[in-house]
Amino acid sequence: MSLIHEIDYGTPASRSENQVTLTVDGRSVTVPEGTSIMRASMEAGIQIPKLCATDMVDAFGSCRLCLVEVEGRNGTPSSCTTPVAPNMVVHTQTNRLKDIRRGVMELYISDHPLDCLTCAANGDCELQNMAGAVGLRDVRYGYEGDNHVRSRNNGEMNARWMPKDESNPYFTYDPSKCIVCSRCVRACEEVQGTFALTIEGRGFESRVSPGAHEHFMESECVSCGACVQACPTATLTEKSVIAIGQPEHSAVTTCAYCGVGCSFKAEMRGEELVRMVPWKDGQANRGHSCVKGRFAYGYASHKDRILNPMIREKISDPWREVNWEEAFSHVATEFRRIQYQYGRDAIGGITSSRCTNEETFLVQKLVRAGFGNNNVDTCARVCHSPTGYGLGQAFGTSAGTQNFDSIEQSDVVIVIGANPTDGHPVFGSRLKKRLRQGAKLIVIDPRRIDLVRTPHVEAAYHLPLKPGTNVAVMTALAHVIVTEGLFAEAFIRERCDWSEFEDWASFVSEQANSPEVTESFTGVPADLLRGAARLFATGGNGAIYYGLGVTEHSQGSTTVMAIANLAMVTGNIGRPGVGVNPLRGQNNVQGSCDMGSFPHELPGYRHISDDATRETFEKLWGVTLNNEPGLRIPNMLDAAVEGTFKGIYIQGEDILQSDPDTKHVSAGLAAMECVVVHDLFLNETANYAHVFLPGSTFLEKDGTFTNAERRINRVRKVMSPKNGYADWEVTQKLAQAMRLNWNYAHPSEIMDEIAATTPSFALVSYDYLEKMGSVQWPCNEAHPEGSPIMHVDGFVRGKGKFIRTEYVATDERTGPRFPLLLTTGRILSQYNVGAQTRRTENVTWHSEDRLEIHPHDAEQRGIKDGDWIKLASRSGDTTLRALITDRVSPGVVYTTFHHPGTQANVITTDFSDWATNCPEYKVTAVQVSPSNGPTEWQEDYNDLSRRSRRIAGKMEAAE
Amino acid sequence: MTIRITAEEMTQRSRDIVHDRKHIEGPMLPILHALQAEFGYVPDIAKQVIADELNLSRAEVHGVITFYPDFRDHPGGRHVLKICRAEACQSMGSDDLADRARRLLGVDFHQTTPDDAVTLEPVYCLGLCACAPAAMLDGEVYGRVDEHCLSDIVGRLNR
Repeated sequence: MSLIHEIDYGTPASRSENQVTLTVDGRSVTVPEGTSIMRASMEAGIQIPKLCATDMVDAFGSCRLCLVEVEGRNGTPSSCTTPVAPNMVVHTQTNRLKDIRRGVMELYISDHPLDCLTCAANGDCELQNMAGAVGLRDVRYGYEGDNHVRSRNNGEMNARWMPKDESNPYFTYDPSKCIVCSRCVRACEEVQGTFALTIEGRGFESRVSPGAHEHFMESECVSCGACVQACPTATLTEKSVIAIGQPEHSAVTTCAYCGVGCSFKAEMRGEELVRMVPWKDGQANRGHSCVKGRFAYGYASHKDRILNPMIREKISDPWREVNWEEAFSHVATEFRRIQYQYGRDAIGGITSSRCTNEETFLVQKLVRAGFGNNNVDTCARVCHSPTGYGLGQAFGTSAGTQNFDSIEQSDVVIVIGANPTDGHPVFGSRLKKRLRQGAKLIVIDPRRIDLVRTPHVEAAYHLPLKPGTNVAVMTALAHVIVTEGLFAEAFIRERCDWSEFEDWASFVSEQANSPEVTESFTGVPADLLRGAARLFATGGNGAIYYGLGVTEHSQGSTTVMAIANLAMVTGNIGRPGVGVNPLRGQNNVQGSCDMGSFPHELPGYRHISDDATRETFEKLWGVTLNNEPGLRIPNMLDAAVEGTFKGIYIQGEDILQSDPDTKHVSAGLAAMECVVVHDLFLNETANYAHVFLPGSTFLEKDGTFTNAERRINRVRKVMSPKNGYADWEVTQKLAQAMRLNWNYAHPSEIMDEIAATTPSFALVSYDYLEKMGSVQWPCNEAHPEGSPIMHVDGFVRGKGKFIRTEYVATDERTGPRFPLLLTTGRILSQYNVGAQTRRTENVTWHSEDRLEIHPHDAEQRGIKDGDWIKLASRSGDTTLRALITDRVSPGVVYTTFHHPGTQANVITTDFSDWATNCPEYKVTAVQVSPSNGPTEWQEDYNDLSRRSRRIAGKMEAAE
Repeated sequence: MTIRITAEEMTQRSRDIVHDRKHIEGPMLPILHALQAEFGYVPDIAKQVIADELNLSRAEVHGVITFYPDFRDHPGGRHVLKICRAEACQSMGSDDLADRARRLLGVDFHQTTPDDAVTLEPVYCLGLCACAPAAMLDGEVYGRVDEHCLSDIVGRLNR
C-alpha cells in the first residue's frame, strides 16, 4: 500500500471536441482545443514548474514560474494562461527560463520562513518542491529586509506579521507562510462558491483575508476544506496533519454522511486516520467536499463509542458487558422463544441506510430467511418512500433519473423542499457553479433558504408556499403550462400515453387548479407562479431537484407524481441537464431501498407476491418465503403496543429520535421483550434496548454505498473494527447463532449473491467496480457500463404515466390553540439526529437546535431573540431557544432536529403519507409561548436516558 | 467640531447611498467614492451593506476597498496633503520634501495632526513628472514644490 498521488494538470480540462497537435520539448502531443500549454505538457509527461496553478481552478498567471518559450513568439508566456495552437513548438527548459525561474523563487523564499524541518507541510509542500525543481541554491536578497515572516524585526514589532489563526477547529491559517498565490481564494469562489476569502491590500501588503480581515470562524467560511486542499504550502493546514504528521498510505472510499456519496482518499499512518481528502476522480463530487465528509470523522474514535456487547434483563437495569458469543446466543434464544410463544410474526428487523448494501442485504435476508416473515423495514420509510412509490408509478423505476454531472447542462432548475447548500453541500456547490454561469433557479420552499439569495446567485423566482400545499402549487404550475399551450407535445406523443395525458390535462386545466384560485390557500401570488411556470417550460433544459420537504407530507407520494408530471409535460426526461432528482438524505438510503428493505419488496423492487422472484431466492437460500408483505415500522410499533410484536433487531438506526410521535415509539419499544440495537453509540433507541451490539464505522469495513444518482461506490476498510467485527460479520454471526448456514468470507461474496439474484445489478462485482471506479445501476447486459441517465429511449415502464394529483389538505390544521405551522430541516454542520456530528468539533457551529420565528409572530408573543420558548402541538411539547428571522414567513416556524435534548419529534404528529406511511414531519400546527426551562417530558426523558445508560462496573459517562 | 452619528444612522445612510447607485454598471467604485464623500472614510459597517445590496460577500467588498489606498477605514483630517514618492519625484528630491513635511506637521505618513487639521499621505505619481517634485492638497496639484512652497502651502491651511 502506498499514498495515492493524483496528477495535478495545472488547469481544468477543456471540453472542446476539436483536437490540436503541438510539440513540447520535442514530443508530439494532441489535446482538445482550449487546453493550456501547461496541461498539454503534463499530458505528455512534462511537469512545468508552477505555484499558482492547480487543475481545480481556472488559470491565474500570477506566480511567473511556469513560463515557457514558444518558437516564433516573443517573450516568455506563462504556460497556464496560454492556450495551445496547432503546430506550436514549445520549450519548457532553456537557459533564459532557468534564470527567470530561479530569480522568481529567490524572491518568494526571501519572504518565507526557513523552518522546513519542523513545518507541518514537510514532505507535502509545493514551494519546497519547486525550490528543488528550479535548482535554488542561494537567496541573494538575504532575509533581513521587510518581511511577513518574523513577529519582530531587529527588536521592533513587525507590523506586517500576522499571528496564526487557529479559530477553525479543523485547520489553521498561518499568514507568515503565505505566498499569496490566490489558490485558496479561487477555490472558495470557483469550487465552493462561498466567496469567503479575498486578497486584501496590494503589492507587498497583499494578504489572504477571510471575510473583512476576520478570523476564519467569524467570516462567511463554511469550512468545506477546498482552500486547505488548494494551498501549496503550510499556510492552510489540517490540524490533524500538524498533530500527527504526513500520511504514508491511502485508500479511496466513500463518505458515510449524505446521499451525494463523495469519494475521498482516506490518508493513513498505520491504522490512524490522518485526513480525508476529496478524490478528484470521484464522479459524484469531482474533488470537492463539505465540512462533514472532510473533517467530521472524529466520532469514529469518540469515547462514547461502545466497543463491547451488552445485555440487560429489564430496561431499568444497568447494562452488563458480555462477550460476543453470549450476546449472539442470548439474542438467538430470545428471538426463538418469542416466536415460539407469540408466533412467527412477533419479531422483525430494521435495516440501516447508513450501513453498506451488503449489510442491508444480510439483514433483510436474516428476516426473510431466518425469522421466516417479511417484517423488515428501513428508515427510508420516514424519508423517501414516497419517491420510490411515486416515481415507480410514473416512470417504472424508483430512483432519480440523472447523474450529478447532469447539472452542468441544466438551464432552469427547480429546487423544491430541499436545501442543498446545507443538506447536500457538494451538490449545492455544483448547482451554484452552474447558476453563476447563467442557469435560472426557481425555489419552492416556505423558508427563504440560502439559494434564494447568496453571493452571485439569486433565484429568478421564490414561491414561499404554506407548508402542506406542495401538490396545489405543482398542479398549478402544470395548469399554466397546459392552458397556455407550453407543453412539449411531440415528446408526450412519442413517450407517454396520449389519452392519459388528455385526461390529466383536462384535470389540471380546471379552474380550481389555476394559480389565481390556489393563491388563497398556498399563499403563492398567482403572477409569481405563472412566471415560474413559463420560465420552466420555455427556458431550455429543465431539471427538478427535491428533498424531504416534498416527501414528508400526507400527500408526499402525490407531490412526487406531480413532479414527474411536470417533467414529462415539459419534455424534460431522458437526456443530460434535465430529469427528476430526489436528493437522498443518507449515504446509502438509495441502496437500502434497492436491497429489498421494504416489507413488500425483494431486492430490485420486485414484489414479494411475484412467484418467479421468490423462487430465485428460495432456490438459493433453501427456504420457503412468505408471499405476504410484512409489517412497516409504524405497524410494528402498533402491534407492539397491542401485544403481538415482541422482538426487533435494529441495525444502525435511531427510530426513537428519527421517527414521528416519539411517545408512541417509546411506548411500542417499551412493550417489547427483546429489543436489539446494533449501533456505534448508546443512541436514544438504546434506552429501550435489552441487547446492545456494538457497530463498526465506514472506515472499518469493506462494502458499497449507493448514492442519490444510483452510483455504486466502494467503501474500503482502512482500519480494524475497534469493536472486533464489521457489521456484516455481526449479522452473519447472529444468523449462525440462529442456525442459518451462512459462510461469507468477504462482502464481495455478498455482492456476488446480489448480482446473481437482482437483474439491475447483474454485472456488478468488486472486480468490476475496481476496474470502472463506480457504476450507476442498472448495470447489466443491456447497460454494461451502467446508466448515468435513465429513460433515454423510453420509460422503464413503457409509456410515461400522467397521474391526476388532486390536492387534499392535510388533517393537521392550524386553529386558535395551535395557530402556527412548524416545519423542520437541517443545517450544514450537523447530520440527521446528530449521533455522529454531535461527537465532533462540528458542534462549534451549531451547539443547539433553535426555533426560527418571524419578528411579527415573536413580537405578538413577547419573545426576544435567544429567549427560551415552549413549542407545543397536539402531540406534545418541548422547549428550545428562539431565533428571530424573516427567513420564515409570518405564521410559519422552523427548527432543526439534530440534538436529542430538543426532541422535535415529540411535537410531530402521526399523520403520514397516504401511500407509504412516510410521516408528515414537515407540517405540524403549533403554538409558541415564552418559557423558562425544559418541559416535564424533557426532564423525565433526560432522567430515563441517564439511568438507561449505566454500565455495571463503569463510571457514569457524562454526555 | 466632530458630528457623531449612531451606527443605525450610518447604516441607513450607507444603504441609501448604495441604493441610489446599485443599478449603474460597475457600481462598486462609485458607491465607495460616495461613501467616502459622505463620511470622510468607508465605514466598516458599510461593507455588509454593500455586500447585501450587490449580492457579494463581505470578503469581496473588503478586497476591493483595501486594494485602493485612497479609501480610508477611519476618518482623515480636514485637509489631505499628498507628497509624490514615485521615481521622477524621488530623483528631484522628494525624499527631502517628505522629511520636511513630516517635521512641519509633526506627523508621519498615514497620520493626522492632533487637531484633525491635516493628514499626510504618500502618493505614487500624480502625472506631474515634468514638474517634479509634486504634491497635492485636497485634490489640487502643485509642481516644483521646494521648501518655501511647502511652508506656504502648510501655512495657508485653516488649522
